[in-house]
Amino acid sequence: MRFITFVLLFILIPGRTQPLAAQSYDDPKNHTCLQCHSQQAYAFHNDLMDKQEKRLMNPYYILDTIAIRNGVHQNFDCTDCHSFEYSTYPHTATLKLEPMATCLDCHGGDEAFAKYEFDKIDEEFHKSVHYQVYGDNFTCSKCHSQHTYHPSARNSSSITEIVENSNNMCLSCHNDMRKFELVADSAIATVVDIHSWLPNQELHFQHVRCIECHTAVEDDLMVSHNILSKDHAVRRCAECHSANSLLKASLYKYQNLQERAEDGSLLGVLSHENYVIGSHQIPILKTLSLIIFFAVIGGIIVHGIFRIILKK
Amino acid sequence: MSSENKIYFYPIWLRTWHGINALGIIILIITGITMNSGMEKSLISFNLNIKLHNYTGAIVSLNYLLFFIGNLVTNNKKFYIVKPKNFLKRPMKQAYYYAWGMFHGMKAPYPLSENRKFNPLQKYFYIIIMYLAVPLVIISGIGLMFPEVIFNKIYDISGVLITAVIHSAMGFFISIFLVIHLYVASIGKSPLDNFKGILNGWHHI
Repeated sequence: MRFITFVLLFILIPGRTQPLAAQSYDDPKNHTCLQCHSQQAYAFHNDLMDKQEKRLMNPYYILDTIAIRNGVHQNFDCTDCHSFEYSTYPHTATLKLEPMATCLDCHGGDEAFAKYEFDKIDEEFHKSVHYQVYGDNFTCSKCHSQHTYHPSARNSSSITEIVENSNNMCLSCHNDMRKFELVADSAIATVVDIHSWLPNQELHFQHVRCIECHTAVEDDLMVSHNILSKDHAVRRCAECHSANSLLKASLYKYQNLQERAEDGSLLGVLSHENYVIGSHQIPILKTLSLIIFFAVIGGIIVHGIFRIILKK
Repeated sequence: MSSENKIYFYPIWLRTWHGINALGIIILIITGITMNSGMEKSLISFNLNIKLHNYTGAIVSLNYLLFFIGNLVTNNKKFYIVKPKNFLKRPMKQAYYYAWGMFHGMKAPYPLSENRKFNPLQKYFYIIIMYLAVPLVIISGIGLMFPEVIFNKIYDISGVLITAVIHSAMGFFISIFLVIHLYVASIGKSPLDNFKGILNGWHHI
C-alpha cells in the first residue's frame, strides 16, 4: 500500500523535486533531507533574490544521524512517514497542518508486530493519565522518539541501561519545562523536589524505572503503559520491599512467558528454570511447618520406643 | 481373592501407580524443599533441580490419572466410601488404639477384610491426601508453570504468591503424610510385612 502511495505521489506531485536517496543516513551530506537537518546551519539558493544563502537550523529540527542509524526505524527513509512534498524547499506552509503518520498506522493490527502487543499498549495508553488529560495530542512520540528509538528493555541485559533509557523518556518532558509545556498549561516543580519524600532518592532513580511506581502493574504486558496520576503512584515501600511483592509476581510471569516464547514445546515448558518460593517466603508458615514436622517425628520416635519396649 | 490368612489387596495397576507415585513424591519432596529453602548447594545443580521437579511433577500428575481412573472403573472405589454413622467416633477409636490400646492388649477395632481395606483413620487420611491435597498441588503446580492463568491479586496479595503458598503448603502436608504413612505401615504382622505386601500384592491379616 505504501509503495502504491509512493508511486502515486511521485507521479502526481509536480514542481521541483529532488531524487531521494533512501537509507543513506550514513552519508547525511548527500541525503536530501539530512544535508540540512543534520547541520547547525543550512545553505540554499534564494530564487527570489537570486543569491546563495546560509541560515541557522532550528535546533529542534536537527537530527542525530548516528542515533537514527541505531534506531529501530533505520531502514526507513524520511518520506516513508513524512509527506513526500517535504523534498521541496522552502517547504509548503500547509504541510505543517497535515496529519502525520502515527505509529499505529503501521504497527496496529499487524501480525508481524503481534509480539509487541501494540494494540494492548494502545488500549492501556488510553487509560493513562497522559491520554486522559491531554487527549489525542499526546502521541507515542512524546516518549518514544520515532527517529532514534531502540528497545533496551527487550535487548539489553544491563539493568542500569534499561532504567536509564526508560527514565530518560519520562525526564525528557518532566525535567524539561519547554517540552513539558507542549502538553501542560503550566510548569511544574522539578522531579527532585516532588520526590523529596523518597529515601535514597538518587539510588532509586538510578536503579528503578519511574514506571515501576507510576503505572498499574500489568502482568501480561512487558511494559505497562497505563501511567497513573500521581495520586495513584506507589508510595508504600512495602509494595516492593516485602515478600508479597506484586512486582515480583509480575517478574515471575514475565520470565516464564519469555522462556516459553523461546521454546513453547511441552519439553521446553518442563525445562524452564524459573521458580517461585512458596510458604518459606512467609516466616510464620516456615516456623509452623518446622513445628509440625518435629512434632510428628517426635511422636513417631516416642511411639516407636514404646513398640520396641513392649514388643508390639 | 484370598487364601489362608492372605488377601490380594493390591492389584497390579494399583501397585504400578503406587510405585511410580512413591518414587515421584520422594523426588518432588527433596527437590521442592531445595527450591523452597533456596539451597544452592546440593548434589545436583540448582537449575537441574528445578527441571527435575518439573518433569517429576508432570509424571506424578499423569500417574494421578491412573489412580483416579483405576478407582473409577474398578471395585477399589468402595474402600473410600465414608459411612456417615459415627463419622468422628470411628477414626477416634482407631487413633485411641494406636496411641494406647495396642500397648494394652486391645484388639484392632477395625480388622481388615475383603470388605475393609483401610481402617477409618487411614481412610480419612487417604481421602484428604488423594482427593484434596494431591489435586490442589497438581492444579497449583500447573498454575505456576503457566502463570498467565493465575488471577492477578486478591486484595493486595499477588495471585502468584497465593498459588505458590498453596503449592508448597500442600506439598508439606503430603510430606508429613508420607512420614506417617511409612511409619504406620511398619505396624503389621512384622515391621516389614506391609512393605512386602505393596510389592507382591498380598496383605496378611
